[in-house]
Amino acid sequence: MTPLNIALVGNPNCGKTALFNLLTGSRQKVANYAGATVERKEGWFTTPAGRSVRLLDLPGAYSLNATSPDEAVTHDVCAGTYRGEAAPDLLVCVADATNLRLHLRFVLEMRSLGRPVVLALNMIDAAQRNGMEIDLPRLQAELGMPVVPTVGIRRNGARDLLARLDGVPPPVPTPVPPGTDLHAMVRQILADCVTHATPLSDRMEERLDRWVLHPVWGPVILLVLLFLMFQAVFAWAQPLMDGIDAGMGLLGEQVGRLMPDGVLRSLIVDGVIAGAGSVVTFLPQILILFAWILALEESGYLPRAAFLLDRLMSVAGLSGRSFIPLLSSFACAVPGIMATRTIQNPRDRLVTILVAPLMTCSARLPIYTLLIGAFIPHRNVAGFMNLQGLVLFGLYALGIISALVVARIMRWRNPDRREATLLMELPAYRLPNPRDLALGLWERARIFLMRVGTTIVSLTVLLWGLSSFPKPPAGAVGPAIDWSLAGRIGHIMLPVFAPLGFNWQICVALIPGLAAREVAVGALATVYSLGSGADTDQAALQLGGMLPTHWSLPTALSLLAWYVYAPQCVATLAVIRRETGSWRVVALTAGYLFGLAYAAAFLTYHIARML
Amino acid sequence: MRLNDLPRGTDAVIDSVDDNGSPDPVAQRLRELGFVPGEAVRIVATAPLGGDPLAVRIGFTRFALRRTEAQRVRVHVAKAAA
Repeated sequence: MTPLNIALVGNPNCGKTALFNLLTGSRQKVANYAGATVERKEGWFTTPAGRSVRLLDLPGAYSLNATSPDEAVTHDVCAGTYRGEAAPDLLVCVADATNLRLHLRFVLEMRSLGRPVVLALNMIDAAQRNGMEIDLPRLQAELGMPVVPTVGIRRNGARDLLARLDGVPPPVPTPVPPGTDLHAMVRQILADCVTHATPLSDRMEERLDRWVLHPVWGPVILLVLLFLMFQAVFAWAQPLMDGIDAGMGLLGEQVGRLMPDGVLRSLIVDGVIAGAGSVVTFLPQILILFAWILALEESGYLPRAAFLLDRLMSVAGLSGRSFIPLLSSFACAVPGIMATRTIQNPRDRLVTILVAPLMTCSARLPIYTLLIGAFIPHRNVAGFMNLQGLVLFGLYALGIISALVVARIMRWRNPDRREATLLMELPAYRLPNPRDLALGLWERARIFLMRVGTTIVSLTVLLWGLSSFPKPPAGAVGPAIDWSLAGRIGHIMLPVFAPLGFNWQICVALIPGLAAREVAVGALATVYSLGSGADTDQAALQLGGMLPTHWSLPTALSLLAWYVYAPQCVATLAVIRRETGSWRVVALTAGYLFGLAYAAAFLTYHIARML
Repeated sequence: MRLNDLPRGTDAVIDSVDDNGSPDPVAQRLRELGFVPGEAVRIVATAPLGGDPLAVRIGFTRFALRRTEAQRVRVHVAKAAA
């Protein structure tokens, strides 16, 4: 039997994604819609009666009258006109039971699509807790579609929906006559079916917002949250990272002892374990960062931060709407750039895309951590702050300030008289749901480990090959790596980068960093491990301890400054190309980032040398 | 009176949402989000550094909007509930 195609639609913040996770568990696949960069989430599940279902989670929309690429996809898929996407057999429209005044209007719009619709009245538990009483049979009759209560965050919360899917297929609803005042209709339905509609949580929202949106306390809370986030990334992850590091060290030693000396042992120990292993070490940091961003997103705080920062962003010629894509870019610029699709103004969107790579992504963390750990003393500042954490915070801040300045310059060069819009919902506060957080983190960990397993391992192996061959001629003096291809490439690049204080080993590490920034760490490990001769295993695993003997402090600071801007990420450039459809924008991005990186590293190196 | 002139914390009722040029996607979106005549609104917060944007409560939903957006909404102050 062919599976039932169901599309999940609804307003943003209706709890659609929690319901999707509840139904599909971990059987989901995240990809893109053909020809668009809108994220496409699909999952599978089986109903209690054994019916297999393919569930599509459509982007949230306020209206079928689309104002962003996201909403356009939702409209086209629902209408069955999206090319390459099967028309859904059934639409499950999700509405937040505590916010029906807003959400029911969209439900009424769904009736005009000519497809069967089931309304999932989500967060029904919260509505009941607030003392709301909803007359379900009457609501069903007035809306002209089946209505089932759901609780996206509770284990059996989708029971009624599943039972409904096993029952007789719902009929196609009759469209609302054109020209009807949908708001008036919603108001009438609410008056008929809902009693006592003043939610208690509304008062809680009001109280919280009094602090969170306060002109003075609001920004203070925001700063504290962001500062805690970066301290957590640096401090909490350390024990876990040490653990992984020690594990990799043991593994390298064991493998080294078991295998006979030779090319194969060198490949496994110097190439794979030293290279890829040094990158895996950063998994805890990346997950902690993602956990913070996911939790802030789930709790409803992010749009409030956007509200607080709108004014500041408008100085840079952007709106608060750009804040959310930019914050996501701290995890990775790729989803960040994709998140710009919620910005309606095309010029704002373009500028946000251009500056997104300046936000310090998690792939830069391994490099920052390595260099800060090796060169910045572990010392307390003002009693409670850690100097290393402070430097990390400073690097992030430098990225942000640069982004604001660059955005301002781009705005000024391309004036746009169109009005910048904000108009954004400030959703109800919600405690982040552990399952949704866990699924989000699992997805991230999987992507990261896949990258390590494929791109990063192959790059480090390639680099190992380049650094190992050709072998030095008999009777040659000096480390073998000087004779290898990598050594020669490094020496060719050296004149360009020597003014920045880079040595040829850094030049070599910059090349694989193009495909994935974090590989630069693995590459340094491989290059130094091979270059150090006899005690290869130890050298590779103690990269941090070894660097200060090879590099001066100005070189390390210069490399840090380089990585604040470094344009080296093929994935980012590819997503910019896909997003904007323009090679010119890609060239502009890569060009200005390279220029800034070079200038910043140059200045840092020379200023640090003078001090 | 327009929404951007409404003092913070004062209850008001929407009279109309005016188009600023045609078509006006902002005005259209405002109406879709429930800014329609007869709805009760209140400004719950104003942002730091100049009081722009505004956080507006309508029904049980809150929206952030800039003053230029709020300017499209005509309101009158609600009579104190008896």
